[in-house]
Amino acid sequence: MAKWWVVWGGGTLGICVRFLLVVMGSLSLLDRRVEVVSPVTSLSRLAEGYWLKEYGKSPYAGSAYHGSPLLLSLIGPVIGDRQDTSIGYLLCSCSLFVVADLMSALLLRSTGKLLEHGHSKHLQLLGLTNLLREKTDRKDKLGIGDISFLVYLFNPFTIAVCVGGSTSSIENMLIILSLYGAAAGKVPLAGFGWAMATHLSMYPVFLIIPIYYLLTNGLDSPPNKLFELAKSVEPAAKEDSCHGKDANDSYLQSSKSSSKGLQTTPMLSSRRKWVVISKLVFWSAISWVCILRLCKVALLGRSSLITMWLETHKYMLTVDDLTPNLGLFWYFFTEVFDFFRNFFLMVFHANIAFMVPPLTIRLRHRPIFLAFILTAICSMIKSYPTVGDAALYIGLMALCVHELSELKYFYLLLNGYILISVLGPVMYNLWIFRGTGNANFYFATNLVYATLQTVLIVESVSTVIGYDKHLLKEIKLHSSNKSSQLHPKSMEVSA
Amino acid sequence: MAEWRNGRWFGLLWWAFVAVGVLQVESACGVVKSEGFVESLMLRPLPDGKTLGHFRFVNDLREEGENGHHRKLFPKAIYQIVQKFRIQEMDLSFTQGRWNHRLWGGLEGLEALGVKPGGVELRAQFRQSNEEADVLWRNLTHALSGLFCASINFLENPAMVSEWGGVRQAGVGAVRQGSLPRETVCTENLTPWLKLLPCRDRAGLATLLERPRIHNGNYYSLRVHVKAGHGSLRLVQTLTVVLKSSETSPASRGRILAPDEDFQFRQPNWSLSTLFGRPLIGACPLAISSHVHMELEASLVEELKRAENQTPKISQDSQNEDRMRNTDGRGDGLDLNFDLVSNEYFQLNLAPEGVSKESSPTAPSLLLSYDVQKHSKSRPLNVGMSWRAPIAWSPRQGPFRATQFLTGRGNGRGAIVSLVHANGDSCHGSKRNTQWCPVSELDDGTSPAIDITTFQIVPWYFRLYMHTLKVVVDGERVSLKKGLKLRLSPADDRKSPAVVEIGLTVPRNTSTLVISVEFDKGYLRIDEHPPDANRGFDLPSALFTFASSPSPDLMSKRGAVPNQLEVQVYSDNLLVLLATPDFSMPYNVITFTMTALALYFGSLLNSLRLRTVREDGVLQPASRFSTNLRKLVALITSRKKLKTL
Repeated sequence: MAKWWVVWGGGTLGICVRFLLVVMGSLSLLDRRVEVVSPVTSLSRLAEGYWLKEYGKSPYAGSAYHGSPLLLSLIGPVIGDRQDTSIGYLLCSCSLFVVADLMSALLLRSTGKLLEHGHSKHLQLLGLTNLLREKTDRKDKLGIGDISFLVYLFNPFTIAVCVGGSTSSIENMLIILSLYGAAAGKVPLAGFGWAMATHLSMYPVFLIIPIYYLLTNGLDSPPNKLFELAKSVEPAAKEDSCHGKDANDSYLQSSKSSSKGLQTTPMLSSRRKWVVISKLVFWSAISWVCILRLCKVALLGRSSLITMWLETHKYMLTVDDLTPNLGLFWYFFTEVFDFFRNFFLMVFHANIAFMVPPLTIRLRHRPIFLAFILTAICSMIKSYPTVGDAALYIGLMALCVHELSELKYFYLLLNGYILISVLGPVMYNLWIFRGTGNANFYFATNLVYATLQTVLIVESVSTVIGYDKHLLKEIKLHSSNKSSQLHPKSMEVSA
Repeated sequence: MAEWRNGRWFGLLWWAFVAVGVLQVESACGVVKSEGFVESLMLRPLPDGKTLGHFRFVNDLREEGENGHHRKLFPKAIYQIVQKFRIQEMDLSFTQGRWNHRLWGGLEGLEALGVKPGGVELRAQFRQSNEEADVLWRNLTHALSGLFCASINFLENPAMVSEWGGVRQAGVGAVRQGSLPRETVCTENLTPWLKLLPCRDRAGLATLLERPRIHNGNYYSLRVHVKAGHGSLRLVQTLTVVLKSSETSPASRGRILAPDEDFQFRQPNWSLSTLFGRPLIGACPLAISSHVHMELEASLVEELKRAENQTPKISQDSQNEDRMRNTDGRGDGLDLNFDLVSNEYFQLNLAPEGVSKESSPTAPSLLLSYDVQKHSKSRPLNVGMSWRAPIAWSPRQGPFRATQFLTGRGNGRGAIVSLVHANGDSCHGSKRNTQWCPVSELDDGTSPAIDITTFQIVPWYFRLYMHTLKVVVDGERVSLKKGLKLRLSPADDRKSPAVVEIGLTVPRNTSTLVISVEFDKGYLRIDEHPPDANRGFDLPSALFTFASSPSPDLMSKRGAVPNQLEVQVYSDNLLVLLATPDFSMPYNVITFTMTALALYFGSLLNSLRLRTVREDGVLQPASRFSTNLRKLVALITSRKKLKTL
């Protein structure tokens, strides 16, 4: 299933495209685009913070830099004061982000492989071998991992962020790393990735929920109820398979016999669950302590951790910088009356937080999908969003490609994203450079973008819920077929 | 007089008694004279035909003699402000108009500080530590705002105020400094300023300050400078104005101009009455001295001397010369080979009572002085000048000219570029300005270089990227490692401005210095915009200080004091356009955004609400709670149905 050319060819091409763009001067072209860089991720601001630190001041003085001191120590020496324009310097300053992108893509691929494996296993457990066969028949088709690898690596948004002077690539990599760690059951990796991602961009704090479910319940699977349902019709199916109708499919049989141990669900016992939780808490806490210690060292005593928090996470919460971006915050808080500011800040942030419990309740059996939805929501209602956030959730979306194969309005959404990518810069240009349009023009595209993301989120959720429904139907159909054939009376019992 | 009643006599006697008592107290304290007031007016013809008038009123107070709160001359308002806000030094200026450095030269000889930029600038140094200074500053801005009828109180906002004063800062007291570049200056600021004078505008030089004429001038700057020393207090009020003579030109009289009269357009005759609308009819009786000076710039004197050498002529007006020599004892050392009062280029209305050479070594110009106290209503003083032939001279220039401009396109980003270039003509030809030039005959290579310092307060909404700072001296980049001195207090959004001081030492033969810093334009909230936001936002001017310690031989030659060689030049205020939001849209934006959010929240919840797996008996039965809830709902709905029925 693993297509070697996908990894090697795709990876090489991805790196080449990025370096080519950098050499062609994408950095100077894109690092002022509000769609690509935000005040939190901008490399210009990072350079300013690094300069201030070198000059002997706090990197957070001057309200310029709002990122982590760790990034400052990591990237600062590489990019310097960004005055050099030689090709060597450009490639060198960009290589870190290219590597981060490649890493993210590879991690997505590994996660995808795990998912793929889990997917076929679950279908088999449900006895829906016909669905499985449909899939495995087409050998030439790419696996989930390869699809998401390519989607992430060649998403124009990812490329723009990588070569456009933004630190989003690294944040995205850490988020994907934590999800991969959780999917692969590597608790320390998951804890570290989550702590680091939260430290860098705050919003991944919500991802602790999918990580928790990934570690305790395993990868995306149909709801438990379906397994119970399938179990109740299992004897019939079992007999059926014993009759040797599918005996020629050795793969199925071997996995079937191996699945006997897992019979019903892949869930852990409650005691082991607690072990996993405490391990997660432990590793996250260790990571947090390490991160904060390192930050303190990196700040060289020129600023305190409190200031760091005020200038990073609180800065994201209070939206002091009203530089236009893809989100809804900037114009809203430009226009809203001062008296209502705090109220609306709460409303906006609550829109993310309040949606987490219902989503968790409904989608906890699909943690990767839940992570996709949460990142998409954060990307929509974030204080300083860029296309880098879209790159992340599109990459995660590719992991759920089986479930989302029936996604409605895909054509509309695709065109919508293209439209936004074109109209956004145009409207910005009209407002800022030509002066022929005003802020409303640009904000209108932001509203469209938000609506587009809403449609994507809502449709994805309904599609996945519909997919589960479809599985149920299939199970019922399957069981009724089987029982009507073999035991005509068992159907009545089950009904 | 005859009708005076007894009561009046009583009152008079009582006042006499009090006066004697006060005098006795004063003499008992050993204070002979605790207050002194000096007024002077300096007039300088400018090369473009305008005239510069610089009024200077100095009010000194010595506080050794404790007279309680009684002051005879010193304005009580200022005294109280100084006492209450514990001020060590304060400088307030109101300026309107733009000073043309190229045509008018500098003001260096007149004041320690250069030409003030437009708007209001306030700088105060307190006798207090930094923490208390914030409160004092806030109260001071309000007090001054009330006193001078200006919106100085806007400076209470710390986002506009620098907490250190740059090179000008001396002493330990806390300094606050801020400016309001867009403040317009009007007669309502002049009137309270005049009220601080002992004679107001009723007598003395201040009578010349007729409001409409002053405000029609090309440049107009009011200043109040207070300095408290050990037991003394000095208030210096200056008013600088550039005016054009109102003398009607020959052309306006309907005559066809003779070719040689054409210059009268450019160089109209001027006198006090054509400039200010009235002659001077006397000094302020409370002033110790009252003088009018006319300054002939060094280059003008040089031109006159040269012209005299080229056309040697017989001394026709020996009477004038005699008078000059008689009246002016100090004029002997001036080696003037021409007639100062009446020569082939101009004629003075009045012969000066004294001629002196200015002590400043940078550009020694001639000062002709007139004592106002010798004049009265019957013998008004009308200093003036009538031109006979065109003469061109270059204005007195500082060593460097400093300008500032913005680069960049659109409202996203830009760069502030400061350009300093040497005034070429100050180093060449006969008008050489030896102090500042690479003087080969004086310079043995050991003469010190020039220190250039720029100081600028940049409001927070211009987000400076200091890592893009580029300082280029004559095409060669100077970095922080190579002797660039940078003092920076970074901006904090909505809290404090960025204050940048860049200092470097350049050799004397430097011709250009370019300093550039990139910045991002910030985006303000709707209520942070001024009423006419599309006019743009003012970037307060930068202050350039050029300091040169004189070479030792020059020191001995002229006996110059080093600090006189410091020249300060302000650049012009810059106007920066910021991207503005739509001011009429708050409700629309709120409703649209909230609709988008409601769409997201509602539809997502709705899609989550849809059930996938219906309970088919196989699955767990509904919990007791939910069945109860459903029963309850059914009950309520049925009741409603009943009601509606």
